[in-house]
Amino acid sequence: MNERAMRLRGLIRKESLQILRDPSSIAIAFILPAVLLLLFGFGVSLDARHVTLGLVVEQPSAAAASLTAQFRQSPYFVPQEFSNAGTAQTALADGRIEGFVWLRANFARQLSAGHDPAIGLFVNGTDANNARIIENYVQQSWTIWGAQQTGSANPAPIAVQPRIWFNPAVRSRDYLVPGLIAVIMTLTGALLTALVIAREWERGTMEALMVTKISMHEILISKLIPYFLLGMGGMVVSVLIAVTLFGVPLRGSPLVLGLAASLFMLASLGMGLVISTVAKNQFVAGQIAIITTFLPAFILSGFIFDISSMPPPIQLVTHIVAARYFVSILQTLFLAGTVWSVVLPNLFALAVMAAVFLGVARLVARKRLD
Amino acid sequence: MAPGLEPGAAIGKPLVIAGLTRRFRAGKRLVTALDGVSAETSAGLVTGLIGPDGAGKTTLMRLIAGLLRADAGSVRVFGTDVRADPLAVQGMLSYMPQRFGLYEDLTVQENLDLYADLQGVATAARPERYRELLHMTGLAPFTARLAGRLSGGMKQKLGLACTLIRAPRLLLLDEPTVGVDPVSRRELWEIVDHLVRKAGMSVLLSTAYLDEAERCDEVLLLHEGQLIGAGRPGGFTQAMAGRSFHFRLPGRSKRALQAALATVQGVTDAVIQGEAVRVVLEPGMAPEAVQLPGFSGLTITPVPPRFEDRFVDLLRARSGARGGIVPVAEAAQAGTAETVIEVSNLVKRFGGFAAVDGISFSVRRGEIFGLLGANGAGKSTTFRMLCGLLPASSGRLQVDGFDLHHAAAVARGRLGYMAQKFSLYGELSVAQNLRFFAAAYGLTGARRAARLDWALREFELGPRADVTSRDLPLGFKQRMALACALMHEPDVLFLDEPTSGVDPLARREFWRRINALAESGVTVLVTTHFMEEAEYCDRLVIMAQGRILATGTSEELKAATRSASLPEPTMEDAFIALIMADNAKTVEAAA
Repeated sequence: MNERAMRLRGLIRKESLQILRDPSSIAIAFILPAVLLLLFGFGVSLDARHVTLGLVVEQPSAAAASLTAQFRQSPYFVPQEFSNAGTAQTALADGRIEGFVWLRANFARQLSAGHDPAIGLFVNGTDANNARIIENYVQQSWTIWGAQQTGSANPAPIAVQPRIWFNPAVRSRDYLVPGLIAVIMTLTGALLTALVIAREWERGTMEALMVTKISMHEILISKLIPYFLLGMGGMVVSVLIAVTLFGVPLRGSPLVLGLAASLFMLASLGMGLVISTVAKNQFVAGQIAIITTFLPAFILSGFIFDISSMPPPIQLVTHIVAARYFVSILQTLFLAGTVWSVVLPNLFALAVMAAVFLGVARLVARKRLD
Repeated sequence: MAPGLEPGAAIGKPLVIAGLTRRFRAGKRLVTALDGVSAETSAGLVTGLIGPDGAGKTTLMRLIAGLLRADAGSVRVFGTDVRADPLAVQGMLSYMPQRFGLYEDLTVQENLDLYADLQGVATAARPERYRELLHMTGLAPFTARLAGRLSGGMKQKLGLACTLIRAPRLLLLDEPTVGVDPVSRRELWEIVDHLVRKAGMSVLLSTAYLDEAERCDEVLLLHEGQLIGAGRPGGFTQAMAGRSFHFRLPGRSKRALQAALATVQGVTDAVIQGEAVRVVLEPGMAPEAVQLPGFSGLTITPVPPRFEDRFVDLLRARSGARGGIVPVAEAAQAGTAETVIEVSNLVKRFGGFAAVDGISFSVRRGEIFGLLGANGAGKSTTFRMLCGLLPASSGRLQVDGFDLHHAAAVARGRLGYMAQKFSLYGELSVAQNLRFFAAAYGLTGARRAARLDWALREFELGPRADVTSRDLPLGFKQRMALACALMHEPDVLFLDEPTSGVDPLARREFWRRINALAESGVTVLVTTHFMEEAEYCDRLVIMAQGRILATGTSEELKAATRSASLPEPTMEDAFIALIMADNAKTVEAAA
């Protein structure tokens, strides 16, 4: 065995043993991803379901009863009846209901007289997004009910036949969970790598390494390989959880997924290595890694917030966030399939980012302390 | 000819350093760590790089190892310029950094394997090399133990074994003996001697302990980035021959005697050593010529010179200053007053581990009492309990009449504490630090003003009042830390490793103040791993593994070790003998 191979073997073995013995690496690589997946898979949902909706019926009538029944049948609402608007208002202010529908005393009369029976809708607008969703749902229920009222004076003018592609169930989970994989891989790639190298600086072991005949290339490669494998392991676990536990479909090619993940992992590792050459203690390395990689992957990658609805300057910034390209690939592969026109440009962007960050890491890493 | 190679005799020299300068930027300031150092070392010898903290030892080591780049000057290792070909130089030397460069979550064997891989040791050659190194370091029974679970001394030996896995031509050891117990220190020196004699290795070893200089074949003396001396240690010591004496005056305070001697014209150095005052005189001065009014009947005996004498002499010649004179008022009956600190059967457990394991001692008013032991012996834990910072697991402890279990806050108001590494606010100026501590101790009005004034005057901090304290030299930091600890005029003063790493002059000055305080009735408790410092104490305990091995005056402790083969035991000899005896007892009990 030549000396170079021997040195690499020694370092990689050391790194692997450290990963296996250090509970914090295992936690960042496997436990944190599982927690995040469960949290986003079960806890966070951008859909409005089981909305507690107040119904104010000032004067009971057959028409009012059938409209109330329409709301009751809807999976989106948990209706609660009130006899007047005043008590409903109090309930809304107290947060017991998220909105209420107000059928005035003249509702049935107006309806039978052929007038448009205006109904009132009051929604708690604190969460604007939620309010808009509730408004939509109520509108829909109202339209459907109106269409059913044969002979009524309020037929639906246009019959809307909605068909939603790629995510027919419109479950936010199905696009959150794939995006989350990018966030999770950032944790291992950038955060963990930056931390472990900073730890070597802190404990003085880097100084001892550098005085051996090892070259800087070898030090970098010996860090890349184990953490690359660790990150890919985390990715596989995340995909399995997504598909089996959350029933997220994987419509695209697993091979392409693997390729994209590899490129993204290399870009993340590159960032981690660059950070670790700048920050030589774990606290600073952790802070920098979170601010420059983890938070952007969360906020600017299109994982939760749609990039096309961001202000143009911010949209520009998202182009230097590697996670953006990976999230786009992930959402496409999971929900739509291997759509090359989307996947290829993003793969290319990832390859460029990986090359740039690894190149910068090699340039700034010097076998010296100054 | 290879690039960077120089023809001629220099090839045989392990190190040829020429005009080496290195500066660092610290905030807005430019600090000169090394200032035009030129030196050479000889092959097959142990060269000591001697100097206090901040002298530039580590910077020099790193420059030699190619980890830093010089601003000016050059380093050649066996003729090869480090700057021109760092990899070739790194192939010739091995370097053990201060924290040994060990991976604590790897076992002893795994650490050895790693460094064998890194240094390209052939697989076939390994078993023999491992056996040799493990035998030499005594680590053979512990190959499966994680490096993080080893004691300080064992870590240091493992670090050395990893460094030696491929026999280098030049071995660099950066402060290998810091913080380890004297037994391990002695063993390390035996290994180094063995290496040099058997393998013909050249060694450069840095240390802040001046007593280690005498174990080196040649020394380089570094102070504030400059080389102030080079040569054989014997030559340094010999230059001081006939100038060192013990002055004794039974029945009188040794501290008052020391303070008086220190001010006499022609006295270069005066330190307390057990019951005597060790005095170094200027060349050509006879001890009888020392005029000391008020002290008649002195017994004067000549003592052999030591390396430290020469170092102090050199520093005095450089600085010219003699430091502030601290008058010592001789107390009528120092050391015989009532008991101020009473500790009995004190235990502190952390989980299943007893950091302090049933210790008892008592300290009288105005006494300087020492806790001597290596890192991990339980000194700092004992201190924290005495200061009421850490609750005891069991046992009784009283400070100034207060039980720390019940009245920790009251007791704390009467004591001052100077922590290891001086707990100061580095971003604040000297004056701001002093004001903060005055406020923290609840001083107000005229008393506050008086104490602040006192601190600036007494510790000569006035001219530096507006200096950011981080930028102070180590000696000044230490003074300021002491000023802060004394702000509220405490009755009891705790000093945790107070002079670790400061230069000998700063240490002397520090102890002059402590002596004056003790004479004025302040009780002083000091922890140290520094054998020399133990001599300054009235009484001391020797601690190891949370227990007290012996209590007494330094003379008593040394006398217990005296034998035909060791007529003049040092404090270190006494310490080692006690630890050996204790280990033997433990082995016996286990058998």
